[in-house]
Amino acid sequence: MPTADELRTRAKQRSWTVQIIIILLTVITIWGAVSNAQFNLTRMNMTSGFSFLERGTGWDYSFSLVERSITDRYHYTLFIGLLNTLFVGFICIVTTTFFGFIIGTLRDARHPALSFAANVYVQIFRNIPLILQAVFLYAILIHLGGPRQAINLGDVAFLSGRGLMLPGLNIDPAVSIGLLLASIAIAIGLLIAKISLGRGLAIWFVSSIGTCLLATAILHPSGEPFFSVPSLQGLRFQGGISVPIELLALVASITLYGSAYIAEIVRGGLSQVPTGLVEAGQALGLSRISIWSRIKVPMALRSIVPPLGNQWIFMMKATTIGIAIGFSDLFYITVNSISQSGQTLELILILMLTFLAINYSIAIFTNWLNAHLQLKEH
Amino acid sequence: MSIVNVSRPSKFDVARRTFIRNGFGSPLATLISLFVIAGLAYLGWAMLDWAILRAVWNEENVSRCGGHAGACWSVIDARHRLILFGTYPFDEHWRSTLAAIAIVVTVMVSCLPFIWRARRLAVLWVAGFATYYLLMEGSLLGLPQVTTDGWGGLSLTLFLFAAVVLLGMPMGLGLALMRRSEMPVVRWFATILIDTVRSLPLVTTLFTAAVVMPLFLPNWLEGDKIWRVIVAFAMFFAAYQAEVFRGGFQAISKGQFEAGRALGLNYWSILGRIVLPQVFRHALPSTINMIVVTFKETAIVTIIGFFDILASGKAAYGTAVWAPYYIEVLVFVAAIYWVFIFLLGQYGEYLKSRMALAAH
Repeated sequence: MPTADELRTRAKQRSWTVQIIIILLTVITIWGAVSNAQFNLTRMNMTSGFSFLERGTGWDYSFSLVERSITDRYHYTLFIGLLNTLFVGFICIVTTTFFGFIIGTLRDARHPALSFAANVYVQIFRNIPLILQAVFLYAILIHLGGPRQAINLGDVAFLSGRGLMLPGLNIDPAVSIGLLLASIAIAIGLLIAKISLGRGLAIWFVSSIGTCLLATAILHPSGEPFFSVPSLQGLRFQGGISVPIELLALVASITLYGSAYIAEIVRGGLSQVPTGLVEAGQALGLSRISIWSRIKVPMALRSIVPPLGNQWIFMMKATTIGIAIGFSDLFYITVNSISQSGQTLELILILMLTFLAINYSIAIFTNWLNAHLQLKEH
Repeated sequence: MSIVNVSRPSKFDVARRTFIRNGFGSPLATLISLFVIAGLAYLGWAMLDWAILRAVWNEENVSRCGGHAGACWSVIDARHRLILFGTYPFDEHWRSTLAAIAIVVTVMVSCLPFIWRARRLAVLWVAGFATYYLLMEGSLLGLPQVTTDGWGGLSLTLFLFAAVVLLGMPMGLGLALMRRSEMPVVRWFATILIDTVRSLPLVTTLFTAAVVMPLFLPNWLEGDKIWRVIVAFAMFFAAYQAEVFRGGFQAISKGQFEAGRALGLNYWSILGRIVLPQVFRHALPSTINMIVVTFKETAIVTIIGFFDILASGKAAYGTAVWAPYYIEVLVFVAAIYWVFIFLLGQYGEYLKSRMALAAH
């Protein structure tokens, strides 16, 4: 009969053995994988390393925010892919959160017709795979006619198989990148200044638009109008902002799908607010909108933010389906680079590290937001 | 003094009155109701008109489709075999049909509470999966052999789904147990794996498995592309499912472990007889949700070159004759997905409400 001390020592020994075995297995697996990769690479006469990043690419792709050419180097092209991913991800996070809150509020509404309509929306768009929705929208957009058959949206915007033409501020594309960065800088400044969320959003919105208008007033080409409106000239549109259909289909499908998910999160949060609080608001004579914005939403946000953060991360990851419809996001650029340069391992490593960095940043931000919103215990 | 008979209004009566008060109680509410009803009725009518009333149904009538305002279901009539079975040999389609039915029946039987024992579920899923594989592959049953690159369409989608769930469920449980282990190395290993897989887009994980993995693996371990992708997909499932199980573990008080210890049970007995049955119960609604998500995400494999139902649908309108009818094909594919996912989702909602009742 072993004593209790012996049993304890034995358990400790077993625990150490298991841990050492796991470490050994991991090391052996990694070592085996690396040596295999080296063997396979030498067999294919490939050199590993990151020197290929300095080479020119020699191929073109569908979309970039900044100037591009086929002589760009790999690191620049990958950077453009990252910009595109962040651009689409950021737009989708904003649109899905906006529409998700509206639809989720309707879903929670007492009015039966409104909640029913919102429910129909959620059930349709949540239950069809995102990639199928993207392919569907893209197929419809690409079958629209050329610029001459464009759908006229109130004489200022036009939708055709070549893309969506929108009116825009009459400025250089490089300036608009600067404005985007300025807007982000304002947002970060407001976050550091610890202003309340609603007021912070309002200040950010007004000051961002103000900066854009001011920049246009100073920088727009003299003698030309303040706004640039697209107009049909010959076979194509002149002026305005051109949104290619790949971008349009990707953003629209992620927005449709993601809003349905966020609507469910918002509804869940709103329905958890105790009725007593709402009744207290009614007793004070608050209007329905005030009850919503001053009682329900602030209370609900505490349970909404954690799953909302997960949805934001999902949205960032969802941009990778752009490859199915030819949108040049980071994944698309990486896959193309792999097939053109053959530097598989290096490129996959860059791709994965980038996504880890993006998603950890979002997670850190939502954790901060969550901590900020929790009830302060006195 | 007369006796007033005050009867309690029935539940239905109350619901009806609340409905009328909320929907038509004020002029604004009435206006909104009428507006929404009109909008939905218009959309519903337009769809009915397009999809049924003005539709052309038969392949022979395809000439009547041109310039027609309704749907041209002729394309489905002509190409449904391609959409459902992909490039599977035409004469063997009955096998693909039976195999798909085997998976659907497995999923349906899993919904019955009778089957909710770990062993029964394991037997059912392994049996369903084996039936599928034997029928589709064929050589073991003495039928003409069809290798995995010949599989496609709806059958392939169902296969990927079943394989990922079957493989991912035990992996997820293993990861969840590792994550709450008392041994730090085991815990770190599971945590790093789970967090990394969850931070990466599924398509990059699958792409890595399909294209990059062969570089790392010796030839004898390389295997078929489809199996590498299934293992990677199962890793993705397991990483999320481990978090679902972790939620279930957190709902169980520590006292139950200690009670088991005090009775002299060893780790595996405590786990198998006391803890896990409760964990599964708590984790059930989220698990169904995870299964629904997995079914939707199988559509991603079309990007890395598998001939699933989305890819075969694209192929169905890929010829000059049928190219104008892409909407009909995509609506057909979307409808198939929608029915599966909607039913599974409704079942999950039903379970959730049932368990909420049981908790009171």
